Amino acid sequence: MRSIVLTKGVPDFSEGAVSFDDEGHLERGKTPTVMNPNDHFALEAALQTRVRHGGHVSGMSMGPPSYSSVLEEAMDYIYSDDSYLLSDRALAASDTWATAITLSAAIEKYQEEVADVDVLFAGFKTADGETGHTGPQTAWCLEWPIVTHVVALDIDPEARQLRAKRLVEGDVDEIETVEAPLPCVVIPDPEFSPTYRKASHRLEHKRLRAATQERAADHEAYLTTWDHEDMRLDPEYIGLDGSPTIVSSVDPIPKAPSERDATMVDPTDDAQMTPVLEELQPFAAGD
Amino acid sequence: MPTSDGEYEHYEALVVGCGPGGAAAAARLADHGIETLVLERGTAAGSKNVSGGLIYAEDSAPYTIDDLFPNFREAAAERPVTEYEIHNIAGNKVKTFDLTDLHEHDTDWCDAVLRRHMDSWLEGRVHELTSETGGGVLTDVRVNGLLRENGEIVGVTCDELDPITADLIVAADGVNSELARDAGLMDWEEPDEWFQGVKAVVEMDPDVINDRFDLEPDEGVAHLFSGDLFEDVRGGGFLYTNEDTLSIGTVFHLDSLVAEQAEPHQLLDALLTHPLLSQWLGDDYRELEYGAKLVPDSKKVAHREPYRDRLVLVGDAAGQMQAQGPIIKGMNHAVTAGALAADAYMLTRGNADPESPGRRYTTMLEQSGTMGKLRPRRYELSSTVGEHGLVTRVSEGVLNSPVGSVAVGNPIAKRLLAKAYNSPFLVGMLPDTETGYTTLPTIIGEQHGRTVHWENEVEPPSLEERIGDLTYDTDVGNPHIRLQDNSYEASGAAVYACPVSAEDFGGGCYRSETVKTNGSEETLVSLDTQPCVECGTCAIVADTEWEHPRGGKGVEFRQG
Ligand SMILES: Cc1cc2nc3c(=O)[nH]c(=O)nc-3n(C[C@H](O)[C@H](O)[C@H](O)COP(=O)(O)OP(=O)(O)OC[C@H]3O[C@@H](n4cnc5c(N)ncnc54)[C@H](O)[C@@H]3O)c2cc1C
Ligand code: SF4
Repeated sequence: MRSIVLTKGVPDFSEGAVSFDDEGHLERGKTPTVMNPNDHFALEAALQTRVRHGGHVSGMSMGPPSYSSVLEEAMDYIYSDDSYLLSDRALAASDTWATAITLSAAIEKYQEEVADVDVLFAGFKTADGETGHTGPQTAWCLEWPIVTHVVALDIDPEARQLRAKRLVEGDVDEIETVEAPLPCVVIPDPEFSPTYRKASHRLEHKRLRAATQERAADHEAYLTTWDHEDMRLDPEYIGLDGSPTIVSSVDPIPKAPSERDATMVDPTDDAQMTPVLEELQPFAAGD
Repeated sequence: MPTSDGEYEHYEALVVGCGPGGAAAAARLADHGIETLVLERGTAAGSKNVSGGLIYAEDSAPYTIDDLFPNFREAAAERPVTEYEIHNIAGNKVKTFDLTDLHEHDTDWCDAVLRRHMDSWLEGRVHELTSETGGGVLTDVRVNGLLRENGEIVGVTCDELDPITADLIVAADGVNSELARDAGLMDWEEPDEWFQGVKAVVEMDPDVINDRFDLEPDEGVAHLFSGDLFEDVRGGGFLYTNEDTLSIGTVFHLDSLVAEQAEPHQLLDALLTHPLLSQWLGDDYRELEYGAKLVPDSKKVAHREPYRDRLVLVGDAAGQMQAQGPIIKGMNHAVTAGALAADAYMLTRGNADPESPGRRYTTMLEQSGTMGKLRPRRYELSSTVGEHGLVTRVSEGVLNSPVGSVAVGNPIAKRLLAKAYNSPFLVGMLPDTETGYTTLPTIIGEQHGRTVHWENEVEPPSLEERIGDLTYDTDVGNPHIRLQDNSYEASGAAVYACPVSAEDFGGGCYRSETVKTNGSEETLVSLDTQPCVECGTCAIVADTEWEHPRGGKGVEFRQG
């Protein structure tokens, strides 16, 4: 089994870390980069595959050189064997389309020079772009099937087939089971949870953790960086020039007023409760 | 690589529990090159365990922990015990005997240990050794029962994993062994077969320890306490020095706790606040952890044939915990038993009869003298009389009479008494009655003791604070203990005997409340397992359905 996990750095939107300028624009330089939170589910799925079926996992990311820290984080998290960073000024300001072109070129290069890939895992939406397009567009470029909103995954390496449980319309109320041939793109849902019900799987998990801790300490040695020339990409089709999408403006979400008025009401006192009930009444019907 | 046995995963040997018994069994199995999987329910080995704890290496034992784990003493133990004393207490009067002779009898070495540190160190070694065989240690996995095929035990079932089969199953799952009960080898019926141990770990700077106990950095001391400071509850107290903490605790007969309706935490506090302890505890008492666990009394429960089919019991699971008078030896016997069980399997490997390892193990326990220590014949002889009350009534009567007291109190007796205390033979014979625990020490204290006038400034934390200081990962909505009968008659004893409950305390596990129904009044018991320290007491003293929490859930001891 060989898989690649796509992961990406995003500004750390957590309280205290994120920084906006006076006009409300994100200050990338001042905001630290962390791994896209939704990529964790992709990592979990890749790890489960690795633990159950063995093989090799590579982490891959497109972005500035500083994203190597995100790949290092991925190595720590999924015990990946090595990392690939697609980094080049010509790639800057890519939208999802240009990104998909770049990623699929990188995967083709990987297949030519490293090994054939069975599964490509990608995160469900990024925390900064929120489009959820990159995965499907990459699958389209590669002409591979794609399964999204995956909550459980079983792979049959001999039959070169995977079977996934997925949320229909991204909704937990309806779950369907689908099968797809390998190679395939898999986008796990935030509801994805790995299961390790065999002792041998848990022992393997533990063994990988120990091996990775040693590896991640020396991440540079396992990192390969490719630029657009390595991937034989025409600058016309990548980066800003290859990006049909233009972000017109970004609106910061207004902060909720931090002070709210609360009136204490004694629930056993009818006189106090009547106005409360009157106020709530319109919503009681589900309006 | 483990093979799949038809539908189940299969390992040659499976060890449940990674305390000293399980660690020893697994290490020895790995020495023999046997593929061994160890399952431990704690999030790390030791996170569920509480001990006093002095670990002994006996000269006569076929295996000691450092035989199996070189470097154990340097890496996993605290201070060695270089001084050993017992204090007989009557009010403020204290008579101290040096017990070093008894302590050193058959002892190669003896170190104080803290179980979290010790067991997780062992876990690391065991994982290394068993990994070589294709197995390893898995934590956070609770075995919840035995897997049977046509009525024969062939494996285990777990909360977290699919069933696993094995050729040898070692139940080293401690005093509240669910496997021993599932196999019908042990029960949870009689309180008089168990002790309850309660312990506080107290922070203290190493220099302060050296100073207050008059020790060199590589020396340690053990103090034991008996007499009337625990009123009439049969049992005693201990204080052991660690590197930078003290272990202070009490061990009482469970039936006596129930009969006296005693609150375990108050008994511990009685020890902590006794004037004698002020010289050591000073005015800066900082308790790091409060914990408790049942302790089996091997004299009564050590199973003579601890096996069924391919299952063998080792350590506390088999009741192999020897109370040699005031000296408690459980960890060392668990180590011996674990290693012997592994050897027994090796010697009978390939034999078609699944019970052959168990039979061989039983013989080895006998021939190595281990069973003789656990169930001394002289105790069985004396206890039949002792427990019929005759010896007790007579000796209590004589001792309490002016003549008896004077006899114990006269100068010759003084020498003889110290000698008697130091005789493993006599100590092993004492029936478990008030005489040994309370009457005799009290009289000794009264007659020979000197009065201590020190002011003890220790203010022990309240039960609420003690619970608050513990770490829990609660399995919300999935309580591991269920009350079967909530009448006070059936389960009321748990309200006081549970170490984290008390009458008039609403924040513990067990509470009682009086409800009025149709004009009559009834006292009912309720249970909230959140503060539970998983000691096992209420499995015996109350009508419950008792299980351990799922893997990794429940209390997590940091010291043990
Ligand atoms: C207060 C106190 C003081 C003591 N003082 C001493 C002393 O000074 N010296 C001495 O030698 N002994 C002492 N003992 C006794 C000693 O602690 C025990 O005899 C000893 O720990 C027994 O070892 P064991 O390996 O059999 O069981 P344990 O040490 O109890 O280990 C059992 C292991 O099995 C695990 N386990 C249990 N159930 C399951 C399950 N279902 N699935 C998976 N894992 C499971 C537990 O988490 C635990 O790690 C004392 C005990 C107490 C409570
Ligand atoms: S609830 Fe039962 S097992 Fe838990 S601490 Fe209390 S007595 Fe012990």
